[in-house]
Amino acid sequence: MGETGRQLRSKDIVGIKDLSREEIELILDTAVGFKDVLRRDIKKVPTLRGKTVVNLFFEPSTRTRTSFELAAKRLSTDVINFSVSASSVVKGESLIDTATAIQALGADVVIIRHSSSGVPHLLADHLNASVINAGDGINEHPTQALLDAFTIMERFGGISGLSIAIVGDILHSRVAKSNIYCLRTLGADVRLIGPPTLIPEGLFDPDIEVFHSMEEGLGDVDVVMMLRIQMERQDTGFFPTTDEYFRLWGLTRERLALARPDAVVMHPGPMNRGIEIVSDVADSPQSVILDQVTNGIAVRMAVLYLLSGARSGG
Amino acid sequence: MTKELLDSTDMERTITRMAHEILEKNRGVEGLCLVGIQRGGVHLSKRLAERIKSIEGRDVPVGMLDIALYRDDLNIRKEYPAVRKTDIPFEITGKVVVLVDDVLFTGRSIRAAMDALMDIGRPARIELAVLIDRGHRELPVRADFVGKSVPTSVGETVNVEFSEEAGVDRVVLTGK
Repeated sequence: MGETGRQLRSKDIVGIKDLSREEIELILDTAVGFKDVLRRDIKKVPTLRGKTVVNLFFEPSTRTRTSFELAAKRLSTDVINFSVSASSVVKGESLIDTATAIQALGADVVIIRHSSSGVPHLLADHLNASVINAGDGINEHPTQALLDAFTIMERFGGISGLSIAIVGDILHSRVAKSNIYCLRTLGADVRLIGPPTLIPEGLFDPDIEVFHSMEEGLGDVDVVMMLRIQMERQDTGFFPTTDEYFRLWGLTRERLALARPDAVVMHPGPMNRGIEIVSDVADSPQSVILDQVTNGIAVRMAVLYLLSGARSGG
Repeated sequence: MTKELLDSTDMERTITRMAHEILEKNRGVEGLCLVGIQRGGVHLSKRLAERIKSIEGRDVPVGMLDIALYRDDLNIRKEYPAVRKTDIPFEITGKVVVLVDDVLFTGRSIRAAMDALMDIGRPARIELAVLIDRGHRELPVRADFVGKSVPTSVGETVNVEFSEEAGVDRVVLTGK
């Protein structure tokens, strides 16, 4: 009884690039139901009892790992956290050996973060378990883009036709890449703002507008999506100093006033206050930064549910 | 082979009678709320609420409940069901909740719905209203309010159609 739902085609979520518009919309629609679960006193459903989820993190991360962990627990799965410093990887075990050993422990879903682009893709090919990319190098961070899209839809009711500015270090940002694919697939008008050294030429569709000035780029946008300056990747001089970065690219009250009056401000966290964004803006009513955090759990629950569905019945 | 079990006039009369029975058993609408199970139960719960309002002149709160996350067959299904909206914008703790579904069959949906309700609050009592009881229970579940009991064979399908979606009110039995 009960009708069958729309399904994802793949057992894995490696990148937004591989998802169709229908699949993205399916994930976002499904997340609405899970957001409701998060509002209850009892924030847990029995849906995925007996399933095992492994967080396999080769890069430090507290937020994303915690968000996935909470999402998995609220679906009643068992969750194991593997982090690089505590695992046998330091003893020289190969990546695939580590992953297949984790699968042999009975993992149904492996959530992977790695500093090298393409690792989730590699694992997806080698494992029967579902693989979810939680960020790979400078390539993609698909669930971040999905939670960003969900947050925008919650505010505006839809995404098609919105003007969305992504600001900062596009070059090193997997968040930006996933968001560009996701938002454009959903019909948004995406523009990029940042220093020429941090916006790679020729990587994206030529019809994406690029601005090298906040004053020019922020005019009348609906969404200002700030990126984190990745201090750990800035040792090769993409910009002179953080002071100068703030002066040219920091989001201030005055600059935000150039956007539409009902524009929202987003940031994937953790924020560098005083470098890419001022506290005044980050904590203002226009900021949806904390909504992003909450919505991340709902969207990740939706992804875990749909991938389990895609694997069910063989 | 298709057979019409109820036409739109039958459905109208049946729903009116069920509304009266709900009011009779609960002696009015005090502390009463309706929760329709997605999707067939949602339309029926709204119809019942309209009828109750026209009889008593008072609104009764109506919510909708999705049971996909509580189903007992997720591990044996080929595909997972779509997750639909749960929207119960009122407190159910201490209330009499009338669960509403279009067809009562194995009873498994009702088990799932009761578990889902219990995670949302602690009703004083749960009652069950269904438009069609087609038999073949697999769990010890019975309805308090039944529109029509219909003997069926397991392979047959009972479809309740509401004008909101199908353009017409009717109940159809389709054979194998």
